[in-house]
Amino acid sequence: MTQTFTPNEMMTITAARALRNEDVCFVGIGAPSAACNLARLTHAPLITLIYESGTIGTRPNVLPLSIGDGELCDTALTTVSVPEMFRYWLQGGRITVGFLGGAQIDRFANLNTTVVGDYHHPKVRLPGGGGAPEIATNCGEIFITMAMGKRAFVEKLPFITSMGHGVTGAERRALGVKSKGPTRLITDLCVFEPDAQTKEMTIVSIHPGVTREQIAENCAWAPAYAANVIETPPPTKLELEVLRDIQARTKAAHAA
Amino acid sequence: MAKFMEMAAAIEEHVHDGDSVAMEGFTHLIPFAAGHEVIRQAKKRLTLIRMTPDLIYDQMIGMGCAEKIVFSWGGNPGVGSTHRLRDAVENGWPNKLEIEEHSHAAMANAYEAGAANLPFAVLRGYIGVDLPKVNPKIKSVTCPYTGEVLATVPALRPDVGIIHALRADREGNVLLEGIVGCQKEAVLASKRTIVTVEEVVETFGPRSPNAIILPSWTIGAIVVVPGGSHPSYAQGYYKRDNSFYIAWDKISRERDTFLAWMKENVLEKDTTIFAEHAKKLGLA
Repeated sequence: MTQTFTPNEMMTITAARALRNEDVCFVGIGAPSAACNLARLTHAPLITLIYESGTIGTRPNVLPLSIGDGELCDTALTTVSVPEMFRYWLQGGRITVGFLGGAQIDRFANLNTTVVGDYHHPKVRLPGGGGAPEIATNCGEIFITMAMGKRAFVEKLPFITSMGHGVTGAERRALGVKSKGPTRLITDLCVFEPDAQTKEMTIVSIHPGVTREQIAENCAWAPAYAANVIETPPPTKLELEVLRDIQARTKAAHAA
Repeated sequence: MAKFMEMAAAIEEHVHDGDSVAMEGFTHLIPFAAGHEVIRQAKKRLTLIRMTPDLIYDQMIGMGCAEKIVFSWGGNPGVGSTHRLRDAVENGWPNKLEIEEHSHAAMANAYEAGAANLPFAVLRGYIGVDLPKVNPKIKSVTCPYTGEVLATVPALRPDVGIIHALRADREGNVLLEGIVGCQKEAVLASKRTIVTVEEVVETFGPRSPNAIILPSWTIGAIVVVPGGSHPSYAQGYYKRDNSFYIAWDKISRERDTFLAWMKENVLEKDTTIFAEHAKKLGLA
């Protein structure tokens, strides 16, 4: 039987599937947090989730609203200080996957969460980078999840908050960065992976019922497609149930 | 030695117009009660230092206390914008606000360098990004052993460090646990310090020998304020008021609703209201 699901659910579930039991994952707030906890509650129960507030091996029962909700500390294996988190654990090279979201992205998966318009005279001042600039280079690889749209998937970023593959695709190597950078970009319409040569984010999988026209309408550049593009497997009954369950618990908890 | 003081006297004695002030607490234990007293005393031209300005600096900026902010992530966590910070940066309301922006890693390192009495912090950071182009304080150093080029930022040495902790004992030693952020570093990096606490206990009693305790002689003033970090939280005392963080989005979006809220809930109130907030969110 086919399940009905929203594009957002499809995105979160596809993002969750990218995570493995053996991953040590640095979790961004919002969509990444939902995906990481869905993975933990389905196929990857042993995954280690780390939030920048210092909580290591946390197993929240409801999704945190902030990066430092008490729920994260209450259910963590241990909680360390923020300087220790960034120095020993992130910079120390102990994180296999950093999971980020963003406001704007370009074809090389560089992210902007800082500003729209000129930095000193901004049209829109966004929150800024937080942990992202160092997460992007110090984790083994980076997964990104964000919904598509022409204002989000842009030709040129007004500001690079965190580096993906750089402005030409060659910058990581040129700057001596040894980690892989963005290896997967999971959207509400499709999944991108970097081309092996050019590092341009390339569509490898399209979600059920989504057309290439729809993708074109929601991306400011003409996206590249892999030679073999598959259809993303639809959400299973279990994935949908677990996701809806934790979201309902979360909504009730935050309204209380 | 720490001196037990009333809130108004502690702020009056330690926070002066033009000071650099770090009010730390990473989501947890944010010293809101102290921030509100700074607003009531109408302190001006402060340089406000915090990794995440959060609602506390949104309120202080909107009330005209700040001329500069040093920060690394300026939003309402999980909700969206800090609208008063945005209004100050985008439109100069209520006054022009200078910004010095870092990443979390750099700021955490900068507090640590301050606590360690070093002039600067070094990190493997800011690679391939634009912040160093707009923040001239971000520089680099070449490792004398490997030749690797690493990022540097100046140590943070605030005039005043203010934190909220769980409890003090009679001697004025202070204990904090849970998400401890960079409060210890902020206190040890600052020239003067105020610590607000949930309660005073005779002794801390049974505890881990590694509990985070700031000895009395590292602290200037202690102020007892039950509920003093609401709408942030105090581990084991009361929960984060997530519904207030969500509500703040609407309250703070427009200048007049913001000002009306501040008048009713801060200017016309005193520190005792924090105990009432905490009681509503208290843990059984």
